[in-house]
Amino acid sequence: MNRRNFLKMTAISGAVLAVSPKLLPNTEAKAEPKKIPYEKVLNEITGGKTPQDSADVKLIAPAIAENGAVVPVKVEVARPIEEVKAIHILAKKNFNPRSVSVYLSPQNGKPYFSTRIRLAKTMDVVALVELSNGEFIKAEKPVKVTIGGCG
Amino acid sequence: MPKTALIKVRPRRYKKGQLVRIDSVIMHPMNTGLQKNKKTGKIIPADYINDIEVFYDGEKITTIKPTQSVSANPYISFYLKADKEAPLKIVWKDITGDTTEKVIKIKPKG
Repeated sequence: MNRRNFLKMTAISGAVLAVSPKLLPNTEAKAEPKKIPYEKVLNEITGGKTPQDSADVKLIAPAIAENGAVVPVKVEVARPIEEVKAIHILAKKNFNPRSVSVYLSPQNGKPYFSTRIRLAKTMDVVALVELSNGEFIKAEKPVKVTIGGCG
Repeated sequence: MPKTALIKVRPRRYKKGQLVRIDSVIMHPMNTGLQKNKKTGKIIPADYINDIEVFYDGEKITTIKPTQSVSANPYISFYLKADKEAPLKIVWKDITGDTTEKVIKIKPKG
């Protein structure tokens, strides 16, 4: 490498270094709280296992909910109570997709739970059932929402 | 400050060992922490129930973990095997540290 080439190279690399920080996108964190993705919540509950669709899980929710602030949801599992450990109700596109988790015991006598949840917009509601042998089964149902209920 | 709560047993008359449904409602705003006050423009601070525990004869039988995505004045309903005469206690806890307790008696007849 002779002197002329060396000077050229340094000039080019210097110019690139001076410009590059301005080209980088603005990576500053926003002040607003972040929405939790559905896949992350599902992974947190199941620990990486894939839940199977099952006809044993009966999810009763209205097909069209006029008001998203109050959507009645009912979950029934056609299995003996000893086999059911927990019932989770998830709403896929909510700010926090995990709506409610219920941990049952044999004293309950029947795997059943009913509550009222909020839905931000039209989305699928998922009933995820944790069995005592570590497996997961689920049922999904789309619910249409005319007025959102999550602020 | 404790909130007003209500527990009901369905059906009203039941025999020993029968499955009964327990319905309960608590008056609670369940603020998500995302809504804004329309007049002042400030965010209403989050205040929701995140832990409900059910005790039957002093034994914890059910734990329920709601989040912000549950409606205001949360209604919960589950089944109970009424095989002994004992008190049923439900304890609601919210993220601000409020605790509400309500006790009813389970009295099977016959």
